Amino acid sequence: MTLPESALALSRPPFRNYQFDSAYDEMFEAPGVPRPHYKPLFQTLLDLPPEELRKSQQAADLSFLHQGITFTVYGNSEGTERVFPNDLLPRIIPHAEWRKIESGLTQRIAALNLFLEDIYHAGKILADGVVPRELVYSCRHFRREMRGLQVPRGIYVSICGTDLVRLPGGSFAVLEDNLRVPSGVSYMLANRKVLKKVFPTLFRDYGVCPVDHYAQALLATLRALAPQNSSGRHEPTVVLLTPGVFNSAYFEHTFLAQQMGIELVEGRDLLVHDNVVYMRTTAGLRRVDVIYRRVDDDYLDPLCFQRDSSLGVPGLFNAYRAGNVGLANAIGTGIADDKAVYAYVPQIIRYYLGEDPVLENVPTYLLSDRSQRDYVLERLDQLVVKAVGESGGYGMLIGPHSTAEQRDDFRRRIQADPRNYIAQPTLSLSRAPCFLEGEAQARHVDLRPYILYGENMTLVPGGLTRVALRRGSLVVNSSQGGGSKDTWVLRA
Amino acid sequence: MTDRENPMLSRVADSLYWMSRYLERAEHTARLIDVDLQLRLDQSPEAGTGRWIGLLAALQVPTPEDGALDAETLTYLLTLDRANPSSIISCVAAARENLRQVREQCSSDMWEQLNRLFLHVKSTASSDAGLPDSYQFFRAVQDGAHLFQGVTDSTMSHGEGWHYIQLGRFVERTDAVARLIGSHFSRFPHALDQAVESEEYLEWVGLLKSCAAFQAYCKAHTAELRPLRVAEFLLLNPGFPHSVRFSVDMVHAALTAIGDLTERKAEQPVRIAGRLRATLSFSQIDEIMASGAMAFVDSIRWQCTQAHAAIHQVYFDYSIESALVA
Repeated sequence: MTLPESALALSRPPFRNYQFDSAYDEMFEAPGVPRPHYKPLFQTLLDLPPEELRKSQQAADLSFLHQGITFTVYGNSEGTERVFPNDLLPRIIPHAEWRKIESGLTQRIAALNLFLEDIYHAGKILADGVVPRELVYSCRHFRREMRGLQVPRGIYVSICGTDLVRLPGGSFAVLEDNLRVPSGVSYMLANRKVLKKVFPTLFRDYGVCPVDHYAQALLATLRALAPQNSSGRHEPTVVLLTPGVFNSAYFEHTFLAQQMGIELVEGRDLLVHDNVVYMRTTAGLRRVDVIYRRVDDDYLDPLCFQRDSSLGVPGLFNAYRAGNVGLANAIGTGIADDKAVYAYVPQIIRYYLGEDPVLENVPTYLLSDRSQRDYVLERLDQLVVKAVGESGGYGMLIGPHSTAEQRDDFRRRIQADPRNYIAQPTLSLSRAPCFLEGEAQARHVDLRPYILYGENMTLVPGGLTRVALRRGSLVVNSSQGGGSKDTWVLRA
Repeated sequence: MTDRENPMLSRVADSLYWMSRYLERAEHTARLIDVDLQLRLDQSPEAGTGRWIGLLAALQVPTPEDGALDAETLTYLLTLDRANPSSIISCVAAARENLRQVREQCSSDMWEQLNRLFLHVKSTASSDAGLPDSYQFFRAVQDGAHLFQGVTDSTMSHGEGWHYIQLGRFVERTDAVARLIGSHFSRFPHALDQAVESEEYLEWVGLLKSCAAFQAYCKAHTAELRPLRVAEFLLLNPGFPHSVRFSVDMVHAALTAIGDLTERKAEQPVRIAGRLRATLSFSQIDEIMASGAMAFVDSIRWQCTQAHAAIHQVYFDYSIESALVA
C-alpha cells in the first residue's frame, strides 16, 4: 500500500485534528508529509483502528499503576502518589542526529568536569578571566569544603542528564545541564518495556538501539569510583542512598537498586566510624565503598552542611575527604549547572578543549549585568525567567503565559537579587504526535539523554523524551503536568 | 564486621517482617468477620451483641466509647476505618507501605500483587456505597493475601528476606490463634469431653472456621465437636497450618535459618522459639486444660512477645558498640 495523498492522510483519523504551527514538527516535514524516518510509524497509525491504540494505552496505564511506577508531588498531602503519564507514540531520532548529540554531550561533560576540577583547585579559568570569579563564589552551590579535595579519577560528574530542545530550525540546543542528581532514567526503561509490547513488529523493523544495559553501565561507572585502598579487600560494595519513600523519585531509586543488584539505603542505615562508612545489616556492620547518592549536597552530612538534616549520615564528608568512600556525583557539582554559569559553557569548552561546541546554547541574559537586566525587565512578557539554582520547573516565569501580577512579582524579585535570575527567549520547543483523547495531537517535547562517566564515557542511545501534555504548554516537568514517551534511536 | 556475600540491611529485614505481620493480620480479621457475619444469619439478634464483644476482644480492638454495637458501625470500624490501626484497610495499607520501602528486595510480581490488593481495598473504601457485597470483599482480602503468599513462595529466593516474611506471618498467627482460643474458651466453658449441641454447636464451628480449620478438623475427628479435641487440634496439631504448634514450628525454623545465614546461631530468639516449640511438642492436652486454657494461651503469647523483642534487638536494632567489637 502506498502512502495516501497528504491532504487525504490528514483528513483521516487519527490525524484529523493534528495541528501545525511555527514549531519544528518531529514527524512531519510539511503538513501531511512525514519525515522519512517517521514513515513506517505514520503508516502503522493510519492502518491501526484507534480503538486498538486506546486499549493498549489503557493496558499500559493500568500496568504502570499496578507496578506502582509513580512519582510524588510535593505540597499536596492527599493522593501524593501519581502515575507518571506515558505516551504510546515513540519519538524517533535518526542515527546521524544521535551521533551529533553524542559527540556534543561527550564534549560538554568532559569540559564541565575539567571546569569543576579547576575551580576547586588552581582556579586557572578564573585567573584568566574567562569566567568571572564573583559568579562562581556567589553561587549557592559552590562548596568551599571541596577546595583542594582530590576526588576519585578526578571525576566530579559521573551521572548526568542533560536537557536538550530542538529549535524551530531543526537543530538541538542544550537547555540545562543537570549535574547534581538528575532523575527520570527509570521511566526511559519502563517506557521501552511498554512500547516493545505495544509495537513489537514495528520496533523490530525499525532497528532501534537497545537501552536495557543502562543499569549495568551505571554499576560499572559507580564501581570505577571505589577508593584505591578498597581494591585488594573485596569487590567494592556500592549502595544507593535515597532520602526515603516520600521522595518524588523514590520509585526510581528502588528500581535502579534492584536492576543493579545493590542495596538501597537510607541515611539511618549508614554510620561512620573512624572515617569509614558502614551499613547496618542483620549480620552486623558492613563496609561501604561507593555511594550513589540521590540526596542533595545540603542534606548529605548534618555535621558539615545542613545541621537539621535527618536524611544524611553524620561524618560522611570526613570519610569522603579521607578517601575512604566514593560519591556519585561528587559534592559541589551544582556550581556547574548554575543557570548563570550555563551562559559561559561555550567559553568553558573552548578554554579547556580548544574546540568549538558541537551543541549550541540557548541565548541567556545574565541579570546581574545592568544593561542586560534593563533589556529583560522591559520584555518580561516575552521572555522566560528562571532562578539560577532551581530545577524541576520550580521558580520560573514564562512571560507569554504569565499574568501582570506574576510579572510584577518577578520584577521585584529580580531587582532584589539579580544574581539569582537569568532570562531566556521563550523557546518554541519542537512538537511530536501524542496519543491523547483517542487521536494524535501535537505536543511540545524535549529530550534528556543520560551520560555516564566512569572508566570512560557512556551514552545509552535514547533518553527520556518529556512531553508537555497540556495543549500549548511549554513545561515538560513531571511535577508540572508533564509526561514522557519512549525515544527510539535508530541503528545506522 | 561482616564480609558475607549478600548482607541484608536491618531496616529491610524489619520492613519485611512487619509487612508480613500486617498482611497476616488483615487476612485474619477478614476471615473472622466473614465467619461471624455468616453465623449471625442463623442466630437471634440478641445473641449478636455478645458476638460483637467477643469479636472485638479477639481482635484486640477497644469497644467504641459511645457503646454503639450495631453491625454497620462495627463492620466499618473493623474493615474500612482508617482511624482504627487494626482495621483491614489500615493493615493492608501498612503492609504495602512496608513493602514499598523495600520494593527492590521483593520480586515485582509480589509488589504488584500487594499493590493490587491495596488498590482494591482502597477503591471499596472510597466508593459511596460502603460495603456493597461484604462476602465478596472479605473473600477478596483473603484471596489477595493467599495469592501474595503463593507469589512470594514461587518468585522470591528462599533466602534471608523470605525467612523474615515467614517469621512475621507465623509470629502474628501464633499470637492471633492463641488469643482467639483463649477468648473462646473463656466465653464458652462447656464440659470438655462432651459433644457440643444445638445453639452452641454453631459457636464451635465458628471457632474452627475462624482458623480455617473446620474441614481439617472433620477429617481428623468427624463433625462431632468436643471442646477438648478442638483445643488439641488448634493448639497441638503438628500438620495443620493454622494451629499454634505448626506456627511455632515455622517461627523456629525461620529463626534457625536466619541464625545460620547471619552466623549468629546461639542467639536469644532461637532459644526462646526452641523452648516454646518444646512446650508445644511435649504438652498433653488434658494437662493443659486442667490448669486452664487461658493460662496456657497467655504463657504462649507472653513468650511470643519475648521472641519478638529478641528478634528486634538482635537483628534490627543492635547497638553499634557491640557490632564494632565483633
